[in-house]
Amino acid sequence: MLTTVQDKGRYGYQRYGMPIAGAMDVFSLRLANLLVGNDVDAACLETTFTGPEIHFTADGAFALTGADMGPALNGVPVSINRALKVGRGDTLSFSGLKNGFRTYIAFAGGINVPEVMGSRSTYLRANLGGFAGRALEAGDELQLGEMNSAIRETAIPDDLVPRYQSDQTIRIISGPEVNRFTMDGIHSFLTSEYRITEKSDRMGYRLAGKPVAHTEAGADIISSGISRGTVQVPGNGQPIILMADRQTTGGYTRIACVISADLTLVAQMKPGDIIRFREVTIDRAQEIFAERDRLLRKL
Amino acid sequence: MEKDKLTLQYIPSGDSAFIIKAGEGISAEVNTTVRKLLVSLENWKIEGITDFIPSYNELMVCYDPTVTGYRHLLDILRACGNDIGSVELPDAYTVDVPVLYGGDCGPDIQDVADHNYLLPEDVIKIHSSVTYLVYMVGFTPGFCYLGGMDKRLDTPRRQAPRLKIPAGSVGIAGNQSGIYPIESPGGWHLIGKTPLQLFNPERKPEFLFSAGDSIRFLPVTENEFRTISEEVKKGIYNLKRIKTA
Repeated sequence: MLTTVQDKGRYGYQRYGMPIAGAMDVFSLRLANLLVGNDVDAACLETTFTGPEIHFTADGAFALTGADMGPALNGVPVSINRALKVGRGDTLSFSGLKNGFRTYIAFAGGINVPEVMGSRSTYLRANLGGFAGRALEAGDELQLGEMNSAIRETAIPDDLVPRYQSDQTIRIISGPEVNRFTMDGIHSFLTSEYRITEKSDRMGYRLAGKPVAHTEAGADIISSGISRGTVQVPGNGQPIILMADRQTTGGYTRIACVISADLTLVAQMKPGDIIRFREVTIDRAQEIFAERDRLLRKL
Repeated sequence: MEKDKLTLQYIPSGDSAFIIKAGEGISAEVNTTVRKLLVSLENWKIEGITDFIPSYNELMVCYDPTVTGYRHLLDILRACGNDIGSVELPDAYTVDVPVLYGGDCGPDIQDVADHNYLLPEDVIKIHSSVTYLVYMVGFTPGFCYLGGMDKRLDTPRRQAPRLKIPAGSVGIAGNQSGIYPIESPGGWHLIGKTPLQLFNPERKPEFLFSAGDSIRFLPVTENEFRTISEEVKKGIYNLKRIKTA
C-alpha cells in the first residue's frame, strides 16, 4: 500500500534531471480537487492497491476518485466521485480494491506540506518533497489548508469517468523512433497482448508479450528526453510505458507515446492486466483530451 | 565564410510534447544549437509550454494541448527555429571541481589504470588535465553528461554494477566521465570523490551545473577534501569558476 502526497508534479527542473513525479492519474487528482472546491492541482493523497485508515481530528470534507477501494465512513459504505462532509472523530477506512488501482483522496483545503522546488509532490527516489520525502506511515499527521466553502454536492456525469478494466486498449501516437523498428515489429506492437509485469511502479510499466523487433540499428539511442506515456523498447523487445517518476532522459528507442486522455486508464492498471495498443492521430488525441477537459471544467 | 544552413527537424512525441532535433550524434556545435533553441523559446514566453528537456542533440518541448494545439505550436517552433541565428547565449562558466582521487574515494582507479596500461598517477594526471563540456543534465537530478574525456582512459562499464555509489563519486564508463550527485546504483568505475553537492534542494541555485558549463577536475589532498567538505556543509565554500572564453 503505497500512499504518498502528490500534486500535479514538479515542473521547470527537468533540464536538471529532476523528474516531474506527481499524481500517476492526473485526471483523477483534478476531479477530486474540483469536488472539494480546491485549486485543481492541489496536493492530495495517492494510495495504491489498498487504502489507509484515516482519523479526522477536525471538521472538513473530502472526496475519493480513481479506484473504488470499498470506502466506508465510521463503518458505513460511502460513494466515490462525490464530496463528503466529515466531523471531528470520524474515521475513513477501505475494505478492498474493486476496480482500478490507485485512489485519490482530496481534502478540502488541500494538504499543507512544504513546497520543494515549487511543488508538494513526493519524489521517492531522492527522498524529496511531499510528507518528509517519503511514503506515509501509521501515526503520521497531516495538516490541511484553509477550506474553501464551495463543496460540490452534486454527482458527476456518467460519461466523465472511464470504466476501468483489466484488459484495455490504450491509444498511442507513433514515433519518434518508429522507423527503428521492422514492419513485423510494429505489427507485433499494434496487434499483440501485453501483460503488465510485477516489475511495474510509479516510474513505469514493464510489459511482457511478443517481442517488438528492431532494425539492424538496434535499440540504443543517445540519451534523449522522455515525455509522459512514452513507450520505450529496449533490446529484449519488451515495451516499457514511462509514467510519473520516469527519468527525464533515456537511451532506448521510443516507439510510441500513450495519448494524454488514456494516461488515466494506464495509471489505473495493475500487474497481471492486459494492454493492447491502437494508433490514433495527434489531432484525434487532442480532440479527445480537449473534450474531456471541457466536461471537467463544466463542474 | 558561408555557414551551412541549419536543418532542424520537428518531431512530435505524443500529444503533449514536441522534439526539435538539431542534428545527429554528439557534437558541441549541435549541442549549442539546442541551447540556443531553449534560450529563444524561454524568451518568447509561449503560452501552453510547461517545460523543456534539452539533451545532446534534441530539445523536447512539453506543452498543455488544451492551451495550445499541435499545429499552432508547430508554427511557433518553426518560427523560432528559423530565427535561431540571432540568439545570444548567456555566459557559460568553467568550474573547478575539487576531487580526492583514489583510495577509498576511488576504489576502481587501479582497474582503469590496468585496463589502459597506465599507472594510477597517470589516470589522475590525464583525467584532470582536460576541460569537459556539460552536454546535458539528466538520468538523475544533477547528473552531468560530460564530453571531452581523453580516450586513453576509456574503460567499459563494470561487469557487476554496485548497488550503492556514494554521492559525489567521480566515475568513468566507456568513453564518458561523470559525477553521481546523489547515492544511486551504477556500473561506472569510481576513480575519486568530490566534496561538492551538485544538487541541494534547499539551496539557491539547487543545481550547480547546467548544460553549456565546463568543468575541470582539480586534484586535492585528504586535508583539503576535509576542509572543503566542512565549508560546503556550512554553505560558505566558494566555487572557483571563470567565464568560458
